[in-house]
Amino acid sequence: MKESKGLRDYDWWLFALVFTICGISLLEIWSATHASHLAGMQWKQVWWIVFGVIGMLILSRIDYHTILDQAPIFYLIGIGLLIAVLAVGHTRFGAKRWLPILGAVLQVSELVKLIIIIVLARYFSELRSERLDLVDLGKLAIIVGIPLVLILKQPDLGTAMVLVPLTAVGAFLAGLQWKHAAALVLLGAMMVPVGWHFLKPFQKERVTTFLRPEDNPKGAGYQILQSKIAVGSGGFWGKGLGNGSQNQGGFVPVRYSDFILAALAEELGFAGVVVTLVLYMALLLRLVQNAQRAKDRAGMFLVMGVAAVIGFHVLVNSAMVIGLMPVTGIPLPLMSYGGSATLFVFLALGLVMNVRLRRFVN
Amino acid sequence: MVSYSIVALTALLLFGFWNLQIIQTDYYAIKAEQNRIRPIPIIAPRGEMLDREGRVLVGNYPSFSVLLLREDPALVEKYLPQVADGLNMTLEDLKQQLEAAKSIPKFQPIVIKPEASPGDIAYIESHRVDIPVLELLSVYRRRYPPNDFLAHVSGYVGEVSPNEVDASNGRYKPGDIVGKTGLEKQYNDTLMGTDGMRRAIVNSIGQEVGKLEQQDAIPGKPIRLTIDYDLQMVAEQEFADKEGALVALDPRTGEVLAMVSRPAYNPNDFAVRVSREEWVKLNSDPQTPLLNRAIQAQLAPGSIFKIIMSTALLESKALPANYSVFCPGSATFYGRVFHCWQPKGHGTVDLHTAIVHSCDVFFYTIGKELGIDKISHYAAALGLGKPTGIDLPGEEPGLVPSEEWVERVFHHKWYAGSTISVAIGQGATEVTPIQIAYAIGGIAMGGVFKQPHLLMTDQPVPEVDFPLQPDTVEQVTQGMYGVMNEQGGTGYALRLENVEFCGKSGTAQLMSYEAGSRVGGREGKLTNGWFVGYAPRKNPEIVVAVIVQGSTEHGGTTAGPIVRDIVKAYYDKKAGHTPQQFSMNDHSQGMGQQPVNQSAAPALAANGAAPSVPAPAVTKPSQPPPARPE
Repeated sequence: MKESKGLRDYDWWLFALVFTICGISLLEIWSATHASHLAGMQWKQVWWIVFGVIGMLILSRIDYHTILDQAPIFYLIGIGLLIAVLAVGHTRFGAKRWLPILGAVLQVSELVKLIIIIVLARYFSELRSERLDLVDLGKLAIIVGIPLVLILKQPDLGTAMVLVPLTAVGAFLAGLQWKHAAALVLLGAMMVPVGWHFLKPFQKERVTTFLRPEDNPKGAGYQILQSKIAVGSGGFWGKGLGNGSQNQGGFVPVRYSDFILAALAEELGFAGVVVTLVLYMALLLRLVQNAQRAKDRAGMFLVMGVAAVIGFHVLVNSAMVIGLMPVTGIPLPLMSYGGSATLFVFLALGLVMNVRLRRFVN
Repeated sequence: MVSYSIVALTALLLFGFWNLQIIQTDYYAIKAEQNRIRPIPIIAPRGEMLDREGRVLVGNYPSFSVLLLREDPALVEKYLPQVADGLNMTLEDLKQQLEAAKSIPKFQPIVIKPEASPGDIAYIESHRVDIPVLELLSVYRRRYPPNDFLAHVSGYVGEVSPNEVDASNGRYKPGDIVGKTGLEKQYNDTLMGTDGMRRAIVNSIGQEVGKLEQQDAIPGKPIRLTIDYDLQMVAEQEFADKEGALVALDPRTGEVLAMVSRPAYNPNDFAVRVSREEWVKLNSDPQTPLLNRAIQAQLAPGSIFKIIMSTALLESKALPANYSVFCPGSATFYGRVFHCWQPKGHGTVDLHTAIVHSCDVFFYTIGKELGIDKISHYAAALGLGKPTGIDLPGEEPGLVPSEEWVERVFHHKWYAGSTISVAIGQGATEVTPIQIAYAIGGIAMGGVFKQPHLLMTDQPVPEVDFPLQPDTVEQVTQGMYGVMNEQGGTGYALRLENVEFCGKSGTAQLMSYEAGSRVGGREGKLTNGWFVGYAPRKNPEIVVAVIVQGSTEHGGTTAGPIVRDIVKAYYDKKAGHTPQQFSMNDHSQGMGQQPVNQSAAPALAANGAAPSVPAPAVTKPSQPPPARPE
């Protein structure tokens, strides 16, 4: 029955959630840009979704075991791309993150996230013991550390941060010992002052701004303040689609992308936010359910990796919009405008479908 | 466990949104409003000043001021050099202005250049996007007549001072334009409108994307003055570059028909923003151009005081009506010789002859007989020694000396000899030109002193009644009629045909006779020349007081012709013909178009015409016929 994987085996609930979120996204991208020179942006996003769905379907058909077999090669390709970005990449907004591929400018770190999910799934699934020992942790540190340092060099603090929960969730599920976890947290805390010295000035400013936004309401604190004003002024029912003064007046920074949730909160109010966040919650719970039903550890780790990355994005982005986290450039999956990010989410969901399609197959 | 974490984190996030969107929503709603709404004041135009016939004397013209938006200090800092460069200003100047405006709330833009040139406007319009700290403010600026016309009456406007703001109980706000002197100050509450507010919706880079409701400015109310443009014109021209003052009143109503003070200043210099140098120059000028001499110059009245003396004499009945004195050219009182201006003497003079010939010895004598008490009593009763109450700020009271005054100020008894000088208008007595017009007009009216005023009013004018006996009025007015119309009268050369023109000249020495003779006789000695004239003899319609200062001539020669010309112009106008001499020359051309200019003001500005049209030179009036010296 190996060849019987039909359309009905896909996770239609997951699709429903994903496309509902995409629908809200298109509506809000339209609202945020229709009166500006960016008008029509939602159609570009439609194309990214189409490409994403195609990529997802293709990826879901290739047995994930085959993909995991190639993990070392993907890993090397990923490292190579990161080095290439640093060497020849496009500089936008003061950071080298983009590489021209296939006529489009792709953000390499999105692809690297996907690769790390695959590599870690392979690594964790091959561990013999139910408990992680220090040697395992050391290997893990090297595997994650190399791309992490390269991403930080771009610099892209946001993406680098994503690798942490991804690794942590994996390690936790793989049997991380509490004493190691405590030691790592302690070590991480001690690293903060050291790491501070390696931050770029604009990153430092973002952090200080986050801590004290009132100091500079039109400089670095501007984005957080304007975002909070947009969210707060939305009230319960919002100002109506296309009517948000913060959104339409351009006060909300990158209102169609990283701060799209602020635009949504302003125009659709708390009601819109509840619907949106509950959709994400359902999506994540569905992913976890898929992970639980995976037929092997590798499948479970793959799906949980995807869930960890998406969940972290949602958490950090939402918290940023209401001023609970510094501005780090982490988009809201499926909601923010952006080709690379959208492709990543759909490809990641492709992996999830892949695992799901093979859950009953021995 | 992972699932529970997901639900918990979602709940946590929702709580965060709840906090902002439900609990603090009012706060952020206000923030959002402030964000996108920029209040831009709409400046209310000041009320115009019209003459008694509705002709515009002081109007407005539209203009632009350059505003600096200071909400974001970093932006200001960044663009300041560009702003200075684009507006042809120095960086230091801008920094000083910013420093000076420190106490004004940041959201209020400040005016950095009150008068934007066409170049400035073009610069600001073309750099709206890349220099987001500049804005244009449409304003109305005062347009005063050229050639300092009516300068001291109109006064001028200027930016309100911090003290005035504090004292105004919220009526004024920093940057307001308020009246500083003259009628601008007196009637500021009427003239000044209430600024409106336009609330513009702006986007994040400060561009206007829409408008909200607009609170229109309430323009100031115009005021109609009692000034007669035609008479004022004659008066201004007569003065040309002389030094002194003129007041023309209608004694029946107290209406001021014309008022001049020279030297003058150009109030248009203040309409924008007077430069520090200009201000210092005007204030330290020994000629005191800012002083309104018509109400602020306190001078010895000279022989004009003889009218007061005559009235006092007749009213007090201290001496018989036919009292006469022999004038040999001088007389001795209290062991001191007092000269008559006529060294040959006047022979035997009665009151009428004394007025007509201005005999000093006669008045010395009656001064001695009346005594200082009676003199000061009547002088005060006839309107001297206290402000007339004209509706202009800063009127001086003058001074009527009395025993009480000497004791209070100099702490000694009144010297009887001083009375002799006072009797001919020398000594400590000080009067202002408005007081002379007021007093003489009031006497001619039989003792009804209407409060002089510049604002045309329907209300009853306050008056002081000091009823004079008909015989007193008859004799005094007959005397002043004789001055002008009898052979040998000191004003005979100035008489007018078909007009009952009465008058009295006065010449006050700037030094006493004695001091003058010691420095070399009367030749070359500076005097203040007075002349007061009115017509007709009974129930006068116009009284004109003129002082010409710092001349070597007599009042009859310097001031007399001016009074005569004003009275003549008044009667010419009444007879229906505009005084041709004045209507055709350059000056009146500049002024005569004033009403037209005002209504066409926007068109003018659109043509880029400079608001202050260079004033044509004033043509000097023809030389007056020589007057007989007193």
